[in-house]
Amino acid sequence: MSAVAGSEPKALSAGYMAWYRFSRNPAALIGALMVISVILLAIFAPLIAPYPDDVGAKVDFRSRHMAPDWAHWMGTDKVGRDILTRVIFGFRVSLLLVIGVLGVAVPVGAVLGMLAGYFSGAVEKIISGFTNVMLAIPPLVMALAIGNVLEPNLVNAMLAITFLWWTWHARLVYRVSKSIAAEDYIEAARLAGASHWHILTREILPNCVSVISVKTTLDAAFVILFGATLSFLGLGVKPPTPDLGTMVADGRQFLPEMWWGVLGPGFAIFYATLGFNLLGDGLRDMFDVEV
Amino acid sequence: MKGRWTRATKTGPPGKRGTDINMLSNRILLLARRLVGFAGVMLVLSIIIFALARIVPGDPARIALGPSATQEQVDAMRQEMGLDKPLVQQYMDYVTHGVRGDFGKSLISGRQVSHEIASLLPATLELVIATVFLIVVISIPLGVMTARHRNSWIDNVGRFFSIVGVTMPSFLFAILLQLVAASFMPDWPVIGRINYSLDIPAGPTGLLVVDSIVHGRWDVLGSALKHLAFPALALAMAGIGQITRITRSAMIEHQRRDHVLTLKSFGVPERVIIFRYLLKLSSIAPLTIMGLEFASLIGNAFVVEMVFSWGGFASYGLEAILQKDLNAVMAVVLVSGLFFVIANLVIDIALMVIDPRLRFKEAGV
Repeated sequence: MSAVAGSEPKALSAGYMAWYRFSRNPAALIGALMVISVILLAIFAPLIAPYPDDVGAKVDFRSRHMAPDWAHWMGTDKVGRDILTRVIFGFRVSLLLVIGVLGVAVPVGAVLGMLAGYFSGAVEKIISGFTNVMLAIPPLVMALAIGNVLEPNLVNAMLAITFLWWTWHARLVYRVSKSIAAEDYIEAARLAGASHWHILTREILPNCVSVISVKTTLDAAFVILFGATLSFLGLGVKPPTPDLGTMVADGRQFLPEMWWGVLGPGFAIFYATLGFNLLGDGLRDMFDVEV
Repeated sequence: MKGRWTRATKTGPPGKRGTDINMLSNRILLLARRLVGFAGVMLVLSIIIFALARIVPGDPARIALGPSATQEQVDAMRQEMGLDKPLVQQYMDYVTHGVRGDFGKSLISGRQVSHEIASLLPATLELVIATVFLIVVISIPLGVMTARHRNSWIDNVGRFFSIVGVTMPSFLFAILLQLVAASFMPDWPVIGRINYSLDIPAGPTGLLVVDSIVHGRWDVLGSALKHLAFPALALAMAGIGQITRITRSAMIEHQRRDHVLTLKSFGVPERVIIFRYLLKLSSIAPLTIMGLEFASLIGNAFVVEMVFSWGGFASYGLEAILQKDLNAVMAVVLVSGLFFVIANLVIDIALMVIDPRLRFKEAGV
């Protein structure tokens, strides 16, 4: 990689170089396309899905348990609804979960990590100690406990996941900001009279952006996976709203004869997590950071 | 990592720095610090789960007695369960009983939670041990091979497997394995721990594999291993993906170090370099990650046990959570945390054996 970069003219901007590296990485490009396709499917679900009526509690016993064919690419479920339609709408729930969880967990984790990394002493000890404790909690067990003690639904699943998720970001940002806080230019800024606020937001935060964005992309995959697992266990969205994990759980009752009930939604989960993962790996190579 | 090393060298070569006793006490101090940390983990975990259990809408006494109980009966039950005392007192009672292994009675079955868990723990322990075994046996050779043949087809196959392992949910993998077994391998069981028509020896450990060997019952051993194969593989998949990846990158990183180049220039055979020097050095990162990943492994065990009707501690935990059996839920969360803590303690000790630098590291740092 460095040999290729070395042969480039020097005038190219850092942004172009990053893009160059990204665009030469087929896995990353495929990942980006997969992520974009998932997002587009989720946004335009009512226009794309072949049978938009099948999203609700429709029952049509004449067409139940039909194997995949040209009319129903992924077959139909136990009450005769088109599985492909429900999978496309299922992406909406998955992405909502990602936005809800990471929208809170990433800022909280980043702020705590930065504070712990920049201010040494008591702040560092308390935050990193608490983070380490939280990391020791088996996340699925805790999320199940929280999710079920409260009412099992999407918002509570989100709460339960968020409650545990910020720790990973706190740990990562802590590591990065701690090493940056030791740099000479931070010392210089402080001598020049810069406030803590200025140093945190203008000197340290920009250096954390690349790690945070890589981690967030990779995390999107794991939030989808985690949410699917929760709903597979029965703590997801209330039916009849389509949810990929719930669909797999429903389909499982009719195995092994009606394999399509599991394979379609299962493949959809895998597709989304794989896409975000490949994209995240590509971004990691592009920014050349360790996450 | 670098910082530690320079600190150790600055104070002089390891041989001159202290006696063996000094090094030993250093290790004990390090271990003691970790123990204190783990105790802290359990303490905070117990506070969180206790707080959670007490903010639940719904009265545990009412859950235990059912809707037809009279108010007097519920009040009597509340008194028996200690729910009429102040919260801090309740927590203290819970901890002092919990330390002695008494987590109260199940709200559903009425039996001691600790007895119920103890009878199911061996099944899960067997599954987890088999899983860790599979992770180590598959992912370390795979990591070494992919690092050795970087950017070859082996590397690509390995990378593909690790990405699939990391991104595919355990429940999906478990179901797919069941489907494959049901369609193509009818001899292989996909449900339960053992063929129950066999007369199962009541062994000393409760681990079927160990007990059957102790009693010399090879038919039971065969059945137990066959039942174990798919659940363990399903549970191991995520770990295999992760550890292969990390072993590979650690091997590659260490290959470029000066001491490895020195070995190469002295003409030491590559096999010796890899297995005698590189592997030891490169196993530090995967081991550390394995400790952290243990938390999600326990979580995945809940799903895998459910899919394979394994009937272990995790199935019990899932049942307890779904039925809002609060006493059982609290115990399940705490025991899961204990699992994590013990696994990490074992890994810490293993790291101290493997990584001599830890012996010189000052315990206070």
